[in-house]
Amino acid sequence: MAVCTGCSLLCDDIEVTIDGRRITKTKNLCRKGFGRYRSLASDRSVRRVDGKQVGIDEAISRAAEMLRDAKRPLLFGWSCSTLEAQRKGIELARRTKAIIDDTSSICQGEIMDMVIREEIPSCTLDDVRNYGDTLIFWGCDPSSSHPRHMSRFSYFPRGEKLQRGHEEDRTAFLIDIRASPTAKILSGNFVQIPPGGDADLIDAMLAVLDGKIPRVRDKKAMISMMNTLKKADMGVVFPGLGLAYSLKGRMDRLKMLVDRLNETTKYNVIPMVGHYNMRGFNQLLFNETGFINRVSFADGVDHGPMYSVVEASKSCDLALVVGSDPISSLPAGIARALAGVPMITLDPHRTLTTELSRVVIPTALSGIEAGGSALRMDGVRIEFDPIMKSEYPSDEEVLSMILEEI
Amino acid sequence: MVSAMEIYQLTPKLNCKKCGLPTCMAFAVALLAREKQIEDCTPLLEPKYEAKLKKLREVMAPVAGATETGLIIHEDRCYGCGNCVVACPVNVANDPKGSAIGLGPKSDKVILIVEDGVVKCLNPKECRRFGPNRILCNLCTATCPSKAIEFV
Repeated sequence: MAVCTGCSLLCDDIEVTIDGRRITKTKNLCRKGFGRYRSLASDRSVRRVDGKQVGIDEAISRAAEMLRDAKRPLLFGWSCSTLEAQRKGIELARRTKAIIDDTSSICQGEIMDMVIREEIPSCTLDDVRNYGDTLIFWGCDPSSSHPRHMSRFSYFPRGEKLQRGHEEDRTAFLIDIRASPTAKILSGNFVQIPPGGDADLIDAMLAVLDGKIPRVRDKKAMISMMNTLKKADMGVVFPGLGLAYSLKGRMDRLKMLVDRLNETTKYNVIPMVGHYNMRGFNQLLFNETGFINRVSFADGVDHGPMYSVVEASKSCDLALVVGSDPISSLPAGIARALAGVPMITLDPHRTLTTELSRVVIPTALSGIEAGGSALRMDGVRIEFDPIMKSEYPSDEEVLSMILEEI
Repeated sequence: MVSAMEIYQLTPKLNCKKCGLPTCMAFAVALLAREKQIEDCTPLLEPKYEAKLKKLREVMAPVAGATETGLIIHEDRCYGCGNCVVACPVNVANDPKGSAIGLGPKSDKVILIVEDGVVKCLNPKECRRFGPNRILCNLCTATCPSKAIEFV
């Protein structure tokens, strides 16, 4: 059994048949995971320093030298690396007095912060499968982003207390701005809102809980939804990026709703984390510094929005990017600022970021070529072994070598 | 997906009974259920219906890949999410330790399985839609987010 590191569900029931370094057959992998396994043989990055192919020692010593000389380095990425590599990364940040940030800073950071600080109740996905009878998918499309979310944990499977699964025992609502593929499955319980209408919807839901008439077009549907939500034995809210962006800076609204629902019954929140180990990095950095992201080690431990990748990319003089492609994913202005900074990139694949980097060190694909451990979106630690030998070193090994040189 | 009415429009509409059925509409339904072949309609093979025959073969082409239960899988649309694998009542009954609780199938008797990122049909004979006493179960198609599986 192999573990798929295609998304933060970390499915551990994958069967893979391999012939040397070729994957001949896979079972139980969704299309997204299959894409990750298939990427083993396509578009791998090449070890390079200033455009020239070099040996591993030269690349490491050049990276170490650049990090040593930098006055304000930024270490970014981390969500697609193992816990072991992330630990080394935090050590490297301390040693080089760097700013360290991960993709949660522009993703689910605010919700994850509340979950890790236990300001908002959370549970594991196995609890959802066994006891979660009322689900709210909010601003997310699990069918596309986490294809096996609904079939493995949340909606379709039979659980300990929910033997009839989705047919009778479970109710799921989808709140989104568009009729996504998930809306086709949950068409009866799909609440369509205008872009940015999440806060208004929360107000309407709170109004119903207060016994008032909600200010929405379909008042009957809203009251009936809230009645269903109140009847839950255990409810779970899955906030996605849609909600995270819409409620940016006003996440207390979500907390208020969950607190109010918790007055009548039990409600938990599990953020729909994208990258496979974003939660792992958040948890590690929180254990070490008390903050989940946006930390600077320049003068002790400091935290603030000025240390987010968005701000730091404009002020740093070097960027070390591990397992992420910020040039493709960040808005153009910020990507342009980052592209102007000398970059060291550790990535298994060729990306826009590797193309613009001074130093590129190819690494092994975790879960396939390298082992390690990671935290699933619900915080459960999943360990995995490599399924084949690789010529590439893992992120952890490369970071250890850089640390030794420094 | 082609409907019986579309097929009927492409028959000669003679109600000649040469196929053994009372009307051309009945023939269209039987053709869709794969109980009859296009060649069973002998008038359709005459030169004057050549255009209709060509069109009929075209519309029937996607249906040709259907299993005995009439299941068609559009691999290009499948997400590999496994909703159908977990929702299928036969999978649940035959594989309580695997697909019933959301894991990958552990039994050989399951009907649907996800291989190489797309769904595959293994044992169509286990399906509730198989045989003369079939039940028109549609849990696999109703739970598909991308309409990658259909029944004829």
